[in-house]
Amino acid sequence: MLKISDLKVTVDGKAILNGLNLEVGPGEVHAIMGPNGSGKSTLANVIAGRDGYEVTGGSVSFMENDLLEMAPEERAHEGVFLAFQYPVEIPGVANIALLKEGLNAARRHRGEKELDALDFLKLVREKLKLVEMKEEFLYRSVNEGFSGGEKKRNEIFQMAMLEPRLAVLDETDSGLDIDALKIVAGGVNALRSEDRSVILVTHYQRLLDYIVPDYVHVLAGGRIVRSGDKGLALDLEERGYGWIEAGDSATA
Amino acid sequence: MSAAESHAAPYIEAQQAQASALPAVGVAALDHSRSEALQLLGERGLPTQRDEDWKYTSIKAITRTRFTPAAPSVECSKEMVDASAIENLDSWRLVFADGFYQPEHSALDGLPEGIRLAGLGEILKTDPDSVTKHIGSAMGEMPHGFAAMNSAFVGDGALIEIAPGVELDKPIELVFLSGCSGEGFLSLPRNLITLGTGSRASVIERHLSCAEDRTLSNALTEIILEEDASLDYCCVQDQAERTFHVGGLFARVAGSARLKATTATVGRAWVRNDARVNLDAKGAMASLDGAYLAFGRCHVDNHTHISHNAPECTSRECYKGVLGDRGHAVFHGRIVVQPDAQKTDSEQSNQNLLLSADAEIDTKPQLEIYADDVKCAHGATVGQLDETALFYLVSRGIEREAARRMLTQAFAAEVLETIEPAALQDYLAAKVSGQLSPAAST
Repeated sequence: MLKISDLKVTVDGKAILNGLNLEVGPGEVHAIMGPNGSGKSTLANVIAGRDGYEVTGGSVSFMENDLLEMAPEERAHEGVFLAFQYPVEIPGVANIALLKEGLNAARRHRGEKELDALDFLKLVREKLKLVEMKEEFLYRSVNEGFSGGEKKRNEIFQMAMLEPRLAVLDETDSGLDIDALKIVAGGVNALRSEDRSVILVTHYQRLLDYIVPDYVHVLAGGRIVRSGDKGLALDLEERGYGWIEAGDSATA
Repeated sequence: MSAAESHAAPYIEAQQAQASALPAVGVAALDHSRSEALQLLGERGLPTQRDEDWKYTSIKAITRTRFTPAAPSVECSKEMVDASAIENLDSWRLVFADGFYQPEHSALDGLPEGIRLAGLGEILKTDPDSVTKHIGSAMGEMPHGFAAMNSAFVGDGALIEIAPGVELDKPIELVFLSGCSGEGFLSLPRNLITLGTGSRASVIERHLSCAEDRTLSNALTEIILEEDASLDYCCVQDQAERTFHVGGLFARVAGSARLKATTATVGRAWVRNDARVNLDAKGAMASLDGAYLAFGRCHVDNHTHISHNAPECTSRECYKGVLGDRGHAVFHGRIVVQPDAQKTDSEQSNQNLLLSADAEIDTKPQLEIYADDVKCAHGATVGQLDETALFYLVSRGIEREAARRMLTQAFAAEVLETIEPAALQDYLAAKVSGQLSPAAST
């Protein structure tokens, strides 16, 4: 599904990713962990196609296509979704307008008919349940005046609507209380399927109690320095990132 | 002769040539006000960029043409009128061709008691004394030569008179079609809207072009609100590229009365608007809002002046502009708080969205406060589309153009969403959207 080879990225001339390799197969859930500043969010943003990240080396292929050659909207049409660490408030644009436009653009891209108002509303109602959100919420401006928890739930709701092939969740757990975390995790788990992959970018192991990953990778200094199964996350929880970083430099 | 004077000369001649044919000639009050206006037009001429209030607006493109005042016999076709209709808008409607009332195209059925709705020309012929005292009363001092020109030619327009206590349940729509006489004509409608004590009404004034011809429309509306009256007024300016529109809105608001006036400039014309609101007695309230688009080589200038003349009055002013291509907009918002106007509550904002590097805005707030216990806030912003919001939308699969359009519409929505009825709001949203679509840009 996704193959990242020797990816090198600079931001404002500063090297952030230094030869990152990662392969994500269909249906797999990968957790990317690492200390602050290790490049986790950079990885998420580069996959989504955000401006300001200069790729200086390596490649990213998605479904056999060169992802880096694609505009962000094309990536979305092909099934890439980024749940933002800081969802953007957009006064004057209703949630429902964003969803309708986004969903129908992807359908047009795939050569499918646009959803009519009735089918759209049916789909919306079904997905709202998944994240326990009320219908009135659809008519509010995107994220405007939302609490931190509501914003993150809205990201998961959008993901549920757009049904991506690859979802990248950038610190979706940060700032959530335990109830909101459970709702968010429930939403993600409900969407897990054989042909949908998930990358969880997180600082803490806590989220992984609720969304159990197939693989855990530790990112440090712009590279993946250790990979393992969910047990690795527990070790990290216990011993901290210092253990990896120290170990990394000792073996290097 | 100065340039200002020589530019005015053809219009003075034209007025003198047809003065004897204007309605209500011989009615002393009107004779007097017309000749006074004519004299002022002669003395001041048409504005030049040396006038502080016209610093950023050149009328050279207007003075190149010698416009001829349209004749009262002008007509428009049913097709033009039908094409101008707003979908789902239920209104009483007066239609004007180059400023002259067209009764056969108007719809005044089922008007309740207590409303006089007519062409001003008719009333000037049949009952001039009932209106002459109001003509010019809301304007006060003549702001410039165009207002003087309009006042010298006063002959037709809309008369709306609502008796005390009457509340209208549907809007009154004034449709001004310009270009009906052909290339090079000038229309000079003069509208008078008076609301008696405690009455309520909604008025929509629309200016449209029925041809691509070069025309000048010099339209002036006076509004007088008695105590506790409430008026929703929306002026829609949606003319074609070669139209020049000089608009005047002059309002007097009495104690506890409320005026909500919105100007939506959504066409491709060259536009200059002067709005002046006087809050005359305790508790008067006015919202003066505007939404303007300036694309192509459009020029849109809004000069506003709100005067707090009495204590405890409230004014809210919000003008939002979207500029693209080589569009140029001007905003000058003057707020004067007179010495007696204690406890004034006033807010003004002008926000501009620039979609191209060649677009230009000149914005200037001007507060003059002569009272000491007042609350006045103002602010002006000029910005581009928020890149973070744009990325958020495209990351959801929305095409870049559509995302830009959504954000731009959202920007204008703050003003447009306050406009009623819903049919008018929908119509304006569609107009804005149409201007923003790639096909409309040049």
